[in-house]
Amino acid sequence: MLDENKVPLIRVEDMKKYYPVKGGIITHTTGHIKAVDGVSFSIMRGETLGLVGESGCGKSTIGRQLVGLETPTEGRIYYNGCDLAQLRRNKKEMERIRTKLQMVFQDPYSSLNPRKHIYEILAQPMLYHHISEKDTVEQDIIKILDMVGLSRTVLGRYPHEFSGGQRQRIGIAKALSLNPEFIVCDEPVSALDVSIQAQILNLLKDLQKELGLTLLFVGHGLGAVNYVSDKIAVMYLGKIVEYGEAREIFSHPQHPYTRALLEAVPVPDPKERARGRKLLQGEIGNSANPPEGCRFHPRCPYAVERCKRKTPALREVAYKEHDVPYKEHKLYAAEEEQDIPYGKNAPQTAQIRAEECLAAGNAHLAACPVVLSCTEGAEHG
Amino acid sequence: MMSDNMDKKFRKHANKFGKKTVMAVDVISGYDAANGAKQRDISSESYLQTVIRRFRRHHLAAVSLLVLGVIVLAALLAPVIAPYDPNEIAGPFGGAPSKEFWLGTDQIGRDMLSRLLYATRISLLVGVMATVISTVIGVVLGLVAGYFGGVADMVIMRFTDMVMSFPYILLVLVAAAIFKPGLWNIILILGFVDWPGIARLVRGNVLNLRETNFIKGNIVAGMPLRHILFSEILPNTVAPILVYATSVLALSILDEAALSFLGQGVQPPEASLGNMLNGAQSLTVLTTQPWLWIPPGLLIVVIVMAINFVGDALRDALDPNSGR
Repeated sequence: MLDENKVPLIRVEDMKKYYPVKGGIITHTTGHIKAVDGVSFSIMRGETLGLVGESGCGKSTIGRQLVGLETPTEGRIYYNGCDLAQLRRNKKEMERIRTKLQMVFQDPYSSLNPRKHIYEILAQPMLYHHISEKDTVEQDIIKILDMVGLSRTVLGRYPHEFSGGQRQRIGIAKALSLNPEFIVCDEPVSALDVSIQAQILNLLKDLQKELGLTLLFVGHGLGAVNYVSDKIAVMYLGKIVEYGEAREIFSHPQHPYTRALLEAVPVPDPKERARGRKLLQGEIGNSANPPEGCRFHPRCPYAVERCKRKTPALREVAYKEHDVPYKEHKLYAAEEEQDIPYGKNAPQTAQIRAEECLAAGNAHLAACPVVLSCTEGAEHG
Repeated sequence: MMSDNMDKKFRKHANKFGKKTVMAVDVISGYDAANGAKQRDISSESYLQTVIRRFRRHHLAAVSLLVLGVIVLAALLAPVIAPYDPNEIAGPFGGAPSKEFWLGTDQIGRDMLSRLLYATRISLLVGVMATVISTVIGVVLGLVAGYFGGVADMVIMRFTDMVMSFPYILLVLVAAAIFKPGLWNIILILGFVDWPGIARLVRGNVLNLRETNFIKGNIVAGMPLRHILFSEILPNTVAPILVYATSVLALSILDEAALSFLGQGVQPPEASLGNMLNGAQSLTVLTTQPWLWIPPGLLIVVIVMAINFVGDALRDALDPNSGR
């Protein structure tokens, strides 16, 4: 078990996904949309990685590559230490791992075949993969439905008879029915209303604990992502700009973009509002022609001349052992952010962040005011 | 009677609604109804029931279906109910309708009613078979083009455009001249020229469906291609195909009539609605012997119109997104 833990279940190495742009009178490729442009990360068994970023930053694209809906233009994906691209070439191996990587879709209204009732939707893949046989399949399905909080009465009904939340539960049941090890949740709650979001998030969290699942949770709602994730990767224009323990990202955002994301979360307190939040100006850049140097520099309030030239890389920021067990804090990260005084006992874990803010990137560059003040805790005051 | 019906309908709805709320509560609380299995059977009407209910609201279509049913039945039972052998010279030449010959006799003394029954049989056979052939071709080509895209799509769709842009009456005339005109040749010819519309329709639908999450979900679930194409995609395109097929059916009945009228379709002595009209090419027949051309002409109009009405109603009834 321990050994298993050492090899990450999913490891992505320098993944790139370019979509060709066609144009011209005689159709030819005129350029590429660089949806994902050199992303590396790993997810340990039983862990949840949250992927955040604004629309169009490539987070869903990563999810699609992982479950094999698309193949990356460049880079490798390792599943349990084996190269997925190679496994895919071998039909037998493929059959074996195919079901291990599943996906929960964003829009629960289009993720179930409207012409089939729930029994068919759930039973057919199970029967095909011999996960269950004809005489046991109904029992198995009922068991899974029970796990996602649905009663057996749903079996004979069609998808259009259910609400969004119920459909998403069915979508989760469908993913679970194949005994997966890894599930990509592609914004599973963003199409649902708020009260249902919480239910679905809790469900995902409980299931993950119960079944020891490994999740990639793609989302743009920071609250939701933080709630379910152990680690978070923040993406901007096809690159990861900050990566670390979820609560560290929340309590010590390093990258200016992460901080802007956190700033953008509405605060339900009129006094706070009066303080004036610094919101990002401008639009996300064009992924067909991303800005030179640091991709964030046109919007970065701290950008200097250098940022336009040098493309930053991920770099470890600080490391210190926790004195508080990590788990206990996980759920309350959002509150902690305000309660715990920074600077003194603030737990600093291994956190990696982009060198994008060049000033902090190199030891001798002390020019970037933000990062320095943040590290000292002045910013959060 | 009417109010009784309404009341029944209303009660049915109320019932359904009530049950749904209860179920929703069950689901939220995770409560597993002890009689769950029983509820499952009656909790919702099947798709077919919904379709039938919606179809019946189109009165014109319902009547049309009835009329079509009668016509089809009469055609099928032609050997039983026809008073005479359609090819037998049984009465006077060009006799007007009488007690013995309800619809009169044609120029060489064959009973018009018997011929009309057999002609309907032939015309419907041509229409249905041509529609089946073109639907099969269109569905297969459309599925392949839409799902695989790329070169396959390009080749198939250009070929489709070619067939579509060809003046097909001409094609049929040439084909009919090369091969011996006859029942099965006309079926094959019509079948091979009517498919492009269906192919385009299916392709368009498949292009849409391919991008939906439930198809992606099935790919992620590792379902085989045949399952995805025939069990996931095809059932979702059946409704538009069915609707389109009704118009193909109507069209091929008309085409057969046109070809037979021109003498390149079903060959006499075999009767078809088209070649029965053939006799009406002369002005004297047109003016003095209306019983020779009005019944077959009227029958064509009625059949084609009824099929089109049914098609229209099907379009509404099969729409999965209209919840009513």
